[in-house]
Amino acid sequence: MTKTRIRWLLWVPLLAFLLFLGLVASGLLHPADRTIVSRLVGQKMPAIALPAASAMRPGLATGAATGTPRLVNIFASWCVPCAAEAPQLEALAKAGIVIDAVAIRDRREDVDRFLTRYGNPYRAIGSDVDSRVQLALGSSGVPETFVVDGRGIIRAQKIGEIRPEDVAELIATVRALR
Amino acid sequence: MRALVALALMLSPVAGAAQSNVPPAALSDTQLPDPAQEAQAHKLMETLRCLVCQGQSIADSDADLAGDMRALVRRRIAAGEKPEAIRAWLVQRYGNWVTYDPPLGATTWPLWALPIALLMVGVLVARGSFRRRAKP
Repeated sequence: MTKTRIRWLLWVPLLAFLLFLGLVASGLLHPADRTIVSRLVGQKMPAIALPAASAMRPGLATGAATGTPRLVNIFASWCVPCAAEAPQLEALAKAGIVIDAVAIRDRREDVDRFLTRYGNPYRAIGSDVDSRVQLALGSSGVPETFVVDGRGIIRAQKIGEIRPEDVAELIATVRALR
Repeated sequence: MRALVALALMLSPVAGAAQSNVPPAALSDTQLPDPAQEAQAHKLMETLRCLVCQGQSIADSDADLAGDMRALVRRRIAAGEKPEAIRAWLVQRYGNWVTYDPPLGATTWPLWALPIALLMVGVLVARGSFRRRAKP
């Protein structure tokens, strides 16, 4: 091997190291988005038949075309952000939007207490004790909210709590489906 | 300041990942009576990613949702469903993200090609160095 070639090769490890450094830096500065979006957005809502989660509301049966667009809110009494989004759900219900709910891994007395304390904007609440329906929906946490149109097609998914600034847009989205 | 910290805690995913009071699903931590089926189920669970604790398989995770996913896998295996059909059912809902055994595709082919390419580079380098040493 000639001397010039060796001299050139000497820089290769440094270059490789700098390349690696750049990769790490870009990963640190722009972390990947780890939210898991349901692939069912744009597809039919799976058929759900769930018993009542609370003494105050009936259970949930969906999957069929209901004619009216609605929200399906995935929540739990043990979930702190769910309590934080309660006033926003209340505002949506006041605006005339139908809200169905699925209570994840919850007990009847806990759901009742949650509704008494934070308000009850729901039309129906299904009890999903072993997350079966949550998994069927492609949902991975609480709270999440699906927008379902009158034909039973999932049109959008909101991951995380609904914030006050999201309410107007959600109302517009649901009204546009009418 | 204290109010800000409290708010941050309230909105943080840690608080959101609180666990429920409902006991674990029946099949989440109980093996199937048929050892062959249990082996099948366990092999599948090791290659499915937990959705809340995103670096672990559902076989390793203590999260409620991971337990419910193990129950789902065992329930379906016991009902005679093939492991690959269960994987496909989950991929249909969560994308390839949920599986640790990604299919060969336009974005995943380097996973298979790169080891082979690196091995070939290694062979070339090794050949070069052995040849040099052989010279007097």
